[in-house]
Amino acid sequence: MTIPFKTETFRDDFTFSNSEAAIRRFPFPFDRDAYMYAVNIEQHMPGPAKSATEFPIDIDEHYVAEMADRDLVLKADPLRCQSLPHMMTAEWDLLELLMTSMARDYPEHFSLERSGREWHWINRPLGIDQRFTFEDPATLPLSPMEYITRQCQGDFCLLDQRDDNLWMDAGIVTTQADWSLDFDLGMNFIEWHGPVPLAHEIGVFERALKFLLNLQQGRPVRRLNWTMTINPRLDTSPENYHRWGIDRTTVTPDNVGDKVHLRVELQALWRLPRSNAIVFSIRCYLIKMRELVTQPKWARRLHRVLRDLPGELADYKGLTNYRETTVAWLSKYDDGAPTSPGFHPD
Amino acid sequence: MSGETIAVRVVAAEAITPTIKRLRMVARDGARLPPYSAGSHTVLTMASGERVIRNAYSLLGSTLAGGAYEVAVLRAPRSRGGSAFVHDHVGEGHELTLSVPINLFPLNRRARHHVLVAGGIGITPIGAMADELAKVNASFELHYAVRNEARGAFCGDLAGRYGERVRLYVSERQERLHVHDILMRQPLGTHLYVCGPEGMIGNVLADARALGWPETSLHAERFLAAAGGAPFALRLAKSGVATTVGEDQTLLEAIEAAGIEAPFSCRGGVCGECELPVVSADGEIDHRDHYLSAEEKAAGCKIMPCVSRLRGRELVLDL
Repeated sequence: MTIPFKTETFRDDFTFSNSEAAIRRFPFPFDRDAYMYAVNIEQHMPGPAKSATEFPIDIDEHYVAEMADRDLVLKADPLRCQSLPHMMTAEWDLLELLMTSMARDYPEHFSLERSGREWHWINRPLGIDQRFTFEDPATLPLSPMEYITRQCQGDFCLLDQRDDNLWMDAGIVTTQADWSLDFDLGMNFIEWHGPVPLAHEIGVFERALKFLLNLQQGRPVRRLNWTMTINPRLDTSPENYHRWGIDRTTVTPDNVGDKVHLRVELQALWRLPRSNAIVFSIRCYLIKMRELVTQPKWARRLHRVLRDLPGELADYKGLTNYRETTVAWLSKYDDGAPTSPGFHPD
Repeated sequence: MSGETIAVRVVAAEAITPTIKRLRMVARDGARLPPYSAGSHTVLTMASGERVIRNAYSLLGSTLAGGAYEVAVLRAPRSRGGSAFVHDHVGEGHELTLSVPINLFPLNRRARHHVLVAGGIGITPIGAMADELAKVNASFELHYAVRNEARGAFCGDLAGRYGERVRLYVSERQERLHVHDILMRQPLGTHLYVCGPEGMIGNVLADARALGWPETSLHAERFLAAAGGAPFALRLAKSGVATTVGEDQTLLEAIEAAGIEAPFSCRGGVCGECELPVVSADGEIDHRDHYLSAEEKAAGCKIMPCVSRLRGRELVLDL
């Protein structure tokens, strides 16, 4: 099936929107009418056809536009992509994982031919045809990680495993919810989760780390995380806070439907074979409130979740400025009827 | 079974010393076996009549590009069945099941220099480390202690491949490995890796600690050969199963033999994957693992069934 790629922007005039099909496949993150942290990790198994989890690496209608936005971010700030020298083996592992997944699951758009170490990669949507020698960085125009992640939706972090901990020693991060690779580079799992409120007290990170240290090859896992973003801006980085922070004060009862977006991250983790590193992928999905309320169950549920969210969490996620306005707008779509269990729309 | 498995066929089986047998295995469906990092092990599942035997073995070499897998199996003097089965029954054409590679003994890629120390069959992960370090042009030295050259698997190979970087210590020739002297002259940023008999690991680590080496620079592969003990009764509260753990059987094997799926990974008391909650113990839990903390062991609420057992009458687990 050929994906119709859209021409759209995630900055300036913000022409991003979701087609009806993209709305239906949106990975809605709430399976009940309330939200609290949990170690909500599950096997990254293939989901239903056409869903965001049908394939391990999800390519959708926003692919071409997102890759153009990533290029703009990297041009303005090359430190969004960094790798410490001991991560080169992991970079090749990542390139193999992404190329083999994309070519297998989207053969009409990508192809990979391998003859020993001589590889031939074709990316039709971006017009790329590249022959190179696997594990020979001199044969690619960029480092293996930057090369392939400029062609794959989602941010990627490579975590080295040592001292019974995971260390963020490489990554490309251009579509982030207010965190910085440049700041976190070289930190361990407990350190980079330091700012998260409430979760430390209930031991979430110790349990999650223990679980991830034993993550096995061939058994990737995933979880959903969420926040909200004003305007469909992918690059909500601390580095650019001066550009987008002010947007939070621009929400009015009249523009909630178009301005306020639910931002969901489909996070997946794979054990990499040669390096024993873990790749942590953070794939961002945006949906406008106007698009979300086309699914009555999601409208009722998001209204209840936002209304009842603990204050610390709303502050941490940066929702405080516009939460009340958004809850009031969503309340028009909540008749108080019970919602069915599970994530999926009725 | 816990985790992904691979169906393999033995394509070569060779006695490389009187007590060590090397197996070379390829995927039965002809698929490429996944690459792995040095220090990885795989769990072999073997069917011996009615009994299913699962043993963990280090993977040799390091097939960074994927390919056949090789393990070297020492005939254990008091084998509970696994190594004896490999030596007596596994030959070319034999079909086995492997777990995907798991690495609980990884190289620290930020080390400035790597000191590798192996005793006897402990050379299997250590040799893989030398292989990988040589491939990426990392700085390392390998010290390998064996009883005699004939029994030292891979002696000739290693010397041929790594030349000056390998030192061999043959105890029959009165050559002694003095780890203290080796560690004395290492630069800051050096990491130490040791695999061999329990006593040797203890001595090497004690020398390093006495010299002030930080714990994070010390790495040891200390798989416990799961040993038996007195039999005891086992009840699984959730499954409603009651059975007996035999003297030559581990607790985990008894659970599996009763048809209950239990998680596991290393089967050697180090990874923590098989941890089970204890409901009650009529007797004393004999904790033999390297995973639970001293406080957790004393509390008696958890047990690692791959190596630990009960000295007493009956153990009840929340499974």
